[in-house]
Amino acid sequence: MNKKLDLFKNISLWPVVIYSFVLILLPLLYILFLSFCETDYVGGINYHFSIVNYLTIIDSTYLLIFAKSALIGIITTLICLVIAYPFAIFLMDKKEEVRNALIKLVMIPFLTNSLIRTYGWIVLLRKNGIINNGLTSLNIIKEPLSLMYNNIGIIIGMVYTLLPFMILPVYAAVNKLDPNLIKAAKDLGANKFHVFKDIIFKETISGAFNGSLMVFIPAIGYFFISDILGGGKQMIIGNLIKDQFLTARNWPFGSAISIFLIIVTFLLVRVYKKIGGNIDELGGM
Amino acid sequence: MEHKNKFLRNLFIILVFIFLYLPIAVLVIYSFNKAKTNIVFTGFTTKWYTELFKNRDLLEAFINTIIIAVTSTVTSTVIGTTAAVGLYKYKFLGKNFVNKLLYIPIIIPEIVLGIALLSVYTLMNLNLGMFTLILSHIAFSIPFVITSVRSTLSDTTKKIEEAAEDLGASKFKVFKEITLPLIRPGVISGATLAFTLSMDDVVISYFTAGPGSNTLPLKIYSMIKTGITPDVNALTSLMLLTVIIILTISIIYQSRKIRKKVVA
Repeated sequence: MNKKLDLFKNISLWPVVIYSFVLILLPLLYILFLSFCETDYVGGINYHFSIVNYLTIIDSTYLLIFAKSALIGIITTLICLVIAYPFAIFLMDKKEEVRNALIKLVMIPFLTNSLIRTYGWIVLLRKNGIINNGLTSLNIIKEPLSLMYNNIGIIIGMVYTLLPFMILPVYAAVNKLDPNLIKAAKDLGANKFHVFKDIIFKETISGAFNGSLMVFIPAIGYFFISDILGGGKQMIIGNLIKDQFLTARNWPFGSAISIFLIIVTFLLVRVYKKIGGNIDELGGM
Repeated sequence: MEHKNKFLRNLFIILVFIFLYLPIAVLVIYSFNKAKTNIVFTGFTTKWYTELFKNRDLLEAFINTIIIAVTSTVTSTVIGTTAAVGLYKYKFLGKNFVNKLLYIPIIIPEIVLGIALLSVYTLMNLNLGMFTLILSHIAFSIPFVITSVRSTLSDTTKKIEEAAEDLGASKFKVFKEITLPLIRPGVISGATLAFTLSMDDVVISYFTAGPGSNTLPLKIYSMIKTGITPDVNALTSLMLLTVIIILTISIIYQSRKIRKKVVA
């Protein structure tokens, strides 16, 4: 009926179409293209088809970095889960206004930059930092503990930076639970562990997986945390990509690792959808 | 028994908050420390706050960071909000594809988006600087705004819009007078999210900033290697104070509105 030009339709859709093609599709296609090129070893790119970058990934030194990143990511994710679940469940006792205010409080630290907060951890964790000074002056320890410039430092930094991304989806999922369900189970004699395992966790598993994705995926890429708290010696995939782009200037190899990460991400999202996760809720805060 | 349980539960919640606020609290405390090193507290002073206002470089970095956050938040909120409505309302060729593309920045590692944008800016011969920084922040914010607004759109909003259109209101009028008030919570939370992500970002800024740019994360990154001066602590405290003031105002404003609703 209305065949005339729909101005609102055009104004609302053209910007997003242009945006998604120019700032999402084009950059990704371009690094896909670069990943099949070769470096000329002076920072430039040889534009002829090659799969050498993908073969290099399978090299043992790089596989070791991948394995280590995955391990750090998994440990970080598990620690975040172990903190977020009780936090979300205990929050349910509170009134709605209190709950909303507390969830806002979880987000506030984000408004100071995450690098500043990571720096705060240096002040706490280093050899003559607050934690070590406190523990030695209380005579709990004699020698200062090595809390940073190692994997412990990286994991503390990762858990700290990413915990809110676990708390929010887990809280949202727990919040949707029917309290009668838990009450019924308790009345029927289920112990706390069974209530958690068979009801709470089962019903909120997509929230848990959502949070796990939002923690695990950044954790393998946050080079600044391993740079600062790992002391620059401890490499994760993020450092490897960063070095390929800014120091070694081997963009094709850096692109190949990035494409590999994208594939891993897509596979994880597939699993998330399989277990009944809603893609619209990913990254929702 | 029940009493002890409640105490332990509250203790756990408090411990989580201590963990979340510990590194910031430390910086706030040391912003009043006389000594220049953040090791021993030697006495109270406010000199780092006056020092901060003399440090042009650090102030410029902070102002640039705010400019980037505000510009990218406004742009991504406008584009994201109208896009969410348009994508909900209209069918067009390739809509599914666009929807799929929009999930990508949310799920892929930030570093991948960062290097992909850097590569494309280089391909297009764009000079890295404030412009590419703002563009990149818009790029990662839009999908978050869209998802946030989309969650407030429903069949009901669609029906009310259609009713208004049938009564002769133009599409723009419907958007302004009907849709926007209905989706306001989604728009506000989308904008808040965009602003928060922009202020917090390190990774994407690191790749798309270029050598001449001066923003807070880049400034602090370079300082961590050479030594952080206490005026950074002072800046952190001021940022935190501003956030707390804004948040308190918004909470008071919201509770007033709830009370008004109750009275009405």
